[in-house]
Amino acid sequence: MSDALEQFRSETRAWLEANCPAEMRLAVTSEDETCWGGRNFKFTSQAQKDWMDRMGAKGWTVPEWPKAYGGGGLSKEEAKVLSSELRRIKARSPLNSFGIWMLGPALLKFGSEEQKKHYLPQIARGEIRWCQGYSEPGSGSDLASLRTSAEDKGDHYLVNGQKVWTSYADKADWIFCLVRTDPTVAKHLGISFLLFDMASPGVSTAPIKLISGASPFCQTFFDNVKVPKENLVGVSGKGWDIAKYLLTHEREMIGAMDTGDARETMAQVAARKIGLENGTIADAALRTDIIRHEIDAWAFALTMERVKDTAKAGQGVGALSSMLKYYGTELNKQRMELLMSIGGSDGLLWDGDNQGDGDLSRSWLRSRANSIEGGTSEINLNIIAKRVLELPGA
Amino acid sequence: MALVLNEDQAMIRDSAEGFFKAEAPTTAFRKLRDSKDATGFDRALWKKMAEMGFAGVLVPEGHGGSGFGYVGAGLIQEAIGRNLSLSPMLSTAILAATALLVGGTDEQKANYLPKIASGDLLMALASDEKSRHTPNHVATTAAASGNGFKLNGTKSFVLDGHVADKLIVAARTAGADGDTDGITLFLVDPKAAGVSIARQSMVDSRNAAKVVLNDVQVDGADVLGGVGSGWAILERALDAGRACLAAEMLGVSAQSFETTVDYLKTRDQFGVKIGTFQALQHRAAHLFCEVELARSVTLRALQALDEGDDRASIFASLAKAKGGEVAKLATNEGVQLHGGIGMTDEFDIGLYMKRARAARETFGDIAFNGDRLAKMMGY
Repeated sequence: MSDALEQFRSETRAWLEANCPAEMRLAVTSEDETCWGGRNFKFTSQAQKDWMDRMGAKGWTVPEWPKAYGGGGLSKEEAKVLSSELRRIKARSPLNSFGIWMLGPALLKFGSEEQKKHYLPQIARGEIRWCQGYSEPGSGSDLASLRTSAEDKGDHYLVNGQKVWTSYADKADWIFCLVRTDPTVAKHLGISFLLFDMASPGVSTAPIKLISGASPFCQTFFDNVKVPKENLVGVSGKGWDIAKYLLTHEREMIGAMDTGDARETMAQVAARKIGLENGTIADAALRTDIIRHEIDAWAFALTMERVKDTAKAGQGVGALSSMLKYYGTELNKQRMELLMSIGGSDGLLWDGDNQGDGDLSRSWLRSRANSIEGGTSEINLNIIAKRVLELPGA
Repeated sequence: MALVLNEDQAMIRDSAEGFFKAEAPTTAFRKLRDSKDATGFDRALWKKMAEMGFAGVLVPEGHGGSGFGYVGAGLIQEAIGRNLSLSPMLSTAILAATALLVGGTDEQKANYLPKIASGDLLMALASDEKSRHTPNHVATTAAASGNGFKLNGTKSFVLDGHVADKLIVAARTAGADGDTDGITLFLVDPKAAGVSIARQSMVDSRNAAKVVLNDVQVDGADVLGGVGSGWAILERALDAGRACLAAEMLGVSAQSFETTVDYLKTRDQFGVKIGTFQALQHRAAHLFCEVELARSVTLRALQALDEGDDRASIFASLAKAKGGEVAKLATNEGVQLHGGIGMTDEFDIGLYMKRARAARETFGDIAFNGDRLAKMMGY
């Protein structure tokens, strides 16, 4: 490692020692302890707020974004050092944010200079919490058929329609939203990408209760919502390009979920719950299922690694990234099924006295959505068939 | 090590792909098969492979080899898998070379490795005795006799055993059947008194021999590695075989997949290309993913052998298990999606299915390697 990078590491270590509160180095034990920021966020502790504010002020919530847009301006190598130093002290994520994960990358690519200077620093500092307005009741897999309209009224758009599966819409400050600005052209060509305040008159939300008992998603209604013209990102009618870019981003993110090496392996869970006999899991038939799953999971993890290494080596990964969402989510569902089998009747608990009762069954149910949200498995297979295999009519 | 090929390795891949496509395509395979060739491969091809540095792929340059390592060997095997090329690559250049490199004395290495690299010496590993791969099942005995040992037993599925100039035989000098301790490896002359070798032709048109040893006298100097400690050498040779078979199966899978996708784009039914049907598109797209997974585990297993990674055995079993399942899927989907012509001898896809089946059984399928992997991981 170069001297400059070593210097950066020691400075970073010293800064984190001084600025990461002790409470923020403990493992997260419940969803409430995740920091999402935003105008109305209720911090669970002063430490949580301090940690977000300090990292945000330094731009280290988005280490590789340019400094001019509120980022840390770090090189790839420096960002790696920062993340390894954060892991070293087991620091919690200072800020979870759809702004960081989704809107930010789209604005960096498609936004005007003015928009980047205005929105990106707010995202970096956790001041505005964003939600994504994509799916509609009649437009799921066929997203481009969306009907929420934005009528050009000279100095503003008038937005009318309904979105569904809007994650945390009831808690978000602003929305990035796909709307139809031109109903007369082919469906992909009449879509635009708008940003607006969820506090605007005419916006309302209703949470949807899921089979897991949680309500992370909402229905979102727009009734004559006035949106200033300057809130359009990119060119009117070109919103589908931005949507596709973001979906690719989202699919890679969902595909990569749950491959962290920190979790107890399935074999360890099985050994703990079922026990070992002569060094092997006491239930031989279930062990075979576990082995086959672990082989696939390991092969997938190595494929993720290969995709990253291929990208780092400057070679194209287009064909490889398209499979990650499909395979990763199917594997995760299979993993949850097996964990439920290993858990037996314990896995069926819903409410209970012990901390953790119900966690497994709810996670199992939650995982069913993995292969639906962000493009179903079937849609992703269509994409592979079309873009990678170039099959006719796909 | 990054899971990508470096520049040298990319060159080996390109030259191997070009070589086997030109020199040993499926038409050459068919010619050898249909003529019931006594050798089972083309000796002139093996000479050319030696000139290319393929026969000596694992042999260090000091012993006249090219020293490309296991990643190099895997890339050659992948090209062999793509073209169903017949050669003693696995038996001699991979299994025997590994056993000699791991367990050989300086003298043994100097005697044998240069001849392997030059293509002048064929060797075969005689370890299996049961029809399902169980390498620690060694009932063949080696009893002390004179200044050496007397071997008795029967070996099955000895790859290229019918043409080998030298056999590497696993026999028991101590312990009971199933023990890993007490196994010793011997270099045996196939022409020695008491050795009888019967060629067995297999479903994939490759050759495996049954070798019977009846009071075969070997010299003390013919022990490979220590007396009673042959297991570690045997394991490493088999792991090399597993990783390189995974690479060959990757070639089989990739070729079957590509041939099948091409067929979906050309075959007309109901007035359209059958590739327009979503039911078939999804099967092809899923197969694409599986082949990519096989590619990742195979490269990791080969790299682990080159690096001397202490998880090399785990990765070899992972690659063999996953690679075998993917080859099963790719070749079976290949036959099914080709429809009736997939069942004909005229089309190559069935040849790939036969090779995939044999390669899966060789040195353990997913049941064997999955169990081995799990035990090494502590469950």
